[in-house]
Amino acid sequence: MALDTAWATDWVHRTLATIDEHRAELVTLDREIGDGDHGENLDRGFRAVVEAVDAGSFDTPGAVLKVVATKLISTVGGAAGPLFGTAYLKAAQAAGDATELDADALVAVLTAARDGVVSRGKAEVGDKTMVDAWSAAVDAAATAAAAGESPERVLEAAADAARTGAESTEPLVARKGRASYLGERAVGHRDPGAQSTAYILRAAADAA
Amino acid sequence: MTVGILVVSHSAAIAEGTVALARQMAADVPLVAAGGTDDGGIGTSFEAITEGIGELAGADAVVVLCDLGSAYLTVDTALDFLDDDARGRVHVSSAPVVEGTIAAAVAAQTGGDADAVLAAAATAATSGADAGSASSPVLGDQTAEAASDAPSGDRPGGAVPVDGTADGDDAVASATVELVNESGLHARPAAEFVKAAAKHEARVSVNGVDAKSLLAIMALALPKGASVTIDATGPDARDAVDTLVSLVRSGFGE
Repeated sequence: MALDTAWATDWVHRTLATIDEHRAELVTLDREIGDGDHGENLDRGFRAVVEAVDAGSFDTPGAVLKVVATKLISTVGGAAGPLFGTAYLKAAQAAGDATELDADALVAVLTAARDGVVSRGKAEVGDKTMVDAWSAAVDAAATAAAAGESPERVLEAAADAARTGAESTEPLVARKGRASYLGERAVGHRDPGAQSTAYILRAAADAA
Repeated sequence: MTVGILVVSHSAAIAEGTVALARQMAADVPLVAAGGTDDGGIGTSFEAITEGIGELAGADAVVVLCDLGSAYLTVDTALDFLDDDARGRVHVSSAPVVEGTIAAAVAAQTGGDADAVLAAAATAATSGADAGSASSPVLGDQTAEAASDAPSGDRPGGAVPVDGTADGDDAVASATVELVNESGLHARPAAEFVKAAAKHEARVSVNGVDAKSLLAIMALALPKGASVTIDATGPDARDAVDTLVSLVRSGFGE
């Protein structure tokens, strides 16, 4: 499937489905090293997103992504609201007016999202945050696009790498976010924001 | 120059309580609370923050105090949605929310500009910690007014005079008076003291600490009966000392 408006809309629906399915897991991950509200917050956020997307009519994937951004920012009370909200906002800006994203445009969209998260949260790779999943996804997407892969294959590579990136947070000591108060005690736990990033990008690949 | 203050917390009760506490000492400062999520839960609200900044549109500048990390993220995100003019008026302090807000509010009440208010809030990061290690029991009593039941008498550090250092042609003045009000130099009297000191050009110290710093004065935790030594250096040093001496002798209206 081409990465067009229908894809973006399907991505939104699949995201809500996967967040709903993994809500308990995200809550548990966040309870272990955070404040335990990540699953609930994202679920509430994407419910509002789906409602708004279903109620509207959009000409471009970028327009869909912009609605996702504003709804997440205004409905998710935790750090995930501004972080994912900024990611989608920058992604929407990078997507621009294109009616369909090719492989290079997709890499630009993912890069803009990752850079938005980095500039908002001031975290780097290795800080045990969602940046670890986003950066792994961007790197893999860029490599796949450079090898001439299709947009679908590029997304597939990004989703796989995001999952690996999320797993890579387990042995780390957190340097940003609520888990940074825990020091060594956060070691052995996966970062919930990195895990939800992996689910969201998996939903994007499945929709393609 | 009017500086408004926005208090952003994950908890509506913390934001509103902090505003109420600060308002007691800074009645004329526009203070707005933006705590909790839109549905009354724990978290920060983009809408409430945006509306709060809007409510303070009448102020020349807005200083924002935040609690935990995502409060800063939500504030930053809200600022991104403002136009450049509106964004330029808003300054985010990294001071601890309760002490920072109170110090900021008193600085704003005394007519400080945005830089002065931010600087006052920033003192909360250090003097709050000092107070916690040196005299937390007394500091803890202040809001509860429990200190009024404590026997009066000397406490270590309560009446140590300092040498007034004069340099150049600056006038120097000094006086020592006894605290007569029941609860000592607790939060509200300390704020009155700072407001009076801030009206003078002279550098003023009280028992060796900056008399224009609310948190430094509160950290002294001076009880009823303690000696208060006021030193001033500067053109209106005499007037500063006389004014502050009368204020202490008046018992701050208690």
